[in-house]
Amino acid sequence: MTGGNADDEVLVSIRNLVFSRGSRKIFDGVDLDIPRGKITAIMGPSGTGKTTLLKLIGGQLRPDSGTITVDGRIVHELSLGRLYELRKKIGMLFQTGALLTDLNVFENVAFPLREHTKLPESMIRTLVLMKLQAVGLRGARDLMPAQLSGGMARRVALARAITLDPMMILYDEPFTGQDPISMGVLVKLIRDLNRELGLTSIVVSHDVEETASIADYIYLISEGKVVGQGTPDAIRHSESPWVLQFMEGLADGPVPFHYPAPDYAADLLNPPA
Amino acid sequence: MLALFQKLGYTTLSTLQKLGRANLFILHVVTGLPEILTRVRLLLVQVYSVGVLTVLLVSISGLFVGMVLGLQGYNVLSDFGAEQTLGVMVAASLVRELGPVVTALLFSGRAGSALTAEIGLMKATEQLSGMEMMAVDPVKRIIAPRFFAGCLSMPLLASLFSMIGVMGGYFVGVGLLGVDEGAFWAQMKSRIDFYDDVVNGLIKSAVFGVIVTWIAVFEGYDAVPTSEGVSRATTRSVVYSAFAVLGWDFVLTALMFGGD
Ligand SMILES: Nc1ncnc2c1ncn2[C@@H]1O[C@H](COP(=O)(O)OP(=O)(O)O)[C@@H](O)[C@H]1O
Ligand SMILES: [Mg+2]
Repeated sequence: MTGGNADDEVLVSIRNLVFSRGSRKIFDGVDLDIPRGKITAIMGPSGTGKTTLLKLIGGQLRPDSGTITVDGRIVHELSLGRLYELRKKIGMLFQTGALLTDLNVFENVAFPLREHTKLPESMIRTLVLMKLQAVGLRGARDLMPAQLSGGMARRVALARAITLDPMMILYDEPFTGQDPISMGVLVKLIRDLNRELGLTSIVVSHDVEETASIADYIYLISEGKVVGQGTPDAIRHSESPWVLQFMEGLADGPVPFHYPAPDYAADLLNPPA
Repeated sequence: MLALFQKLGYTTLSTLQKLGRANLFILHVVTGLPEILTRVRLLLVQVYSVGVLTVLLVSISGLFVGMVLGLQGYNVLSDFGAEQTLGVMVAASLVRELGPVVTALLFSGRAGSALTAEIGLMKATEQLSGMEMMAVDPVKRIIAPRFFAGCLSMPLLASLFSMIGVMGGYFVGVGLLGVDEGAFWAQMKSRIDFYDDVVNGLIKSAVFGVIVTWIAVFEGYDAVPTSEGVSRATTRSVVYSAFAVLGWDFVLTALMFGGD
């Protein structure tokens, strides 16, 4: 997969990305590079557009301007057929898991195989059990999604995301709402899968500690711009007050504690008529 | 005043936009037909949940509607000494009107609302997005089988409704009120025309099937992906279906039976 020159080392490259929802600019000139074989984290407060960014990379949304290149192809210029070919090589783990609620665990993991291949049943069974084994849920194959805990649902979704042996996985908030144990399990899984399957991973998150512990490189995004980037160590020792506030979780700083409001004393003393 | 015009313009535009989306959507759904024909199982599963599960509701309603027709018809017809034509009256009302229309309304309440809610929830829980990211087209994989299952089920359900309704009319008319059995059937046989009545009724129910299922799957697919959005979409699905069915019933009736 890795070629000789420097461009081949970058799997996803985003240049001058602009994207708006209604009148609100979610991205206003973002540049990012995602190197092959590494885990890259994209962090930022809720509502900054992290999920939106993953959907842009997966071609579910189109940028207003700028380019997103994945594996040498400009995503929003692909025909629908080509886009689907590309998506077969990208696994995406949705925040909610997005398992198909009318299928059991086994069938959920088998779904991409049944849709895209004509493999015999015995082969599908072997592949599905291998993927379930990798996430430690081979024993849960007969359960329905409603019977799974949040952490288990995400692991099943992860097994499904790797069934077609993708080159890249996009993780949307994999740690949010997890108890410490399943958090640990997910951290280990993301790290191990990336190494053992030679994947490229993009982890979108606002969980500072867990993300910093597995990422090779971190981008911090706020208000439509990249406000900090570097290795986890470099980020931790950053001088930028914004980065410091986010990484340390301080209540007040460049991101004010108060939502914009009129003067407090004046507000209290002048009730509306 | 200006605000009123603004609002009117906005509503008109957004309605037209929605109609446009609905039309593009149905074209997309129809392109899923070849795939369904190679994977008939996907269709059969939906025929079961959309059609078969509606059979009981349609049968019971058909029975009662037929029995009511028997009673009311007898009251009017016996004033003119024309009780023998009760069979004609019951069968014509059912096959031409009540079968297609009432079945479509029941179908929209039982199956259409369920389709809208199911698809809307799949959207809200990112199952449809997830499929797109797995390079599977949700319109072809999820929507198309449901749409064609609905179109297929409606004429069958409407026919069932009419058949059971005629039985209901027979029980009341012949069994309870003492209309002559031979006259009941013979009159029905000689006065109900296969083409004019039965085929036209089937065409109506097929048209209603397309309309109701189209509205149901489109409202689900177009729903705002939140709990509130899905709940609104479900309500709209039933309300719009009722309007569309009654409106089109008038148009179709005028075209089919208007002349004579
Ligand atoms: N379908 C949508 N329509 C309109 N606005 C949206 C939609 N999805 C997300 N947004 C808005 O876009 C912004 C970014 O959303 P998102 O990418 O989900 O943020 P994050 O994942 O970082 O929490 C939010 O302010 C959200 O309200
Ligand atoms: Mg998000």
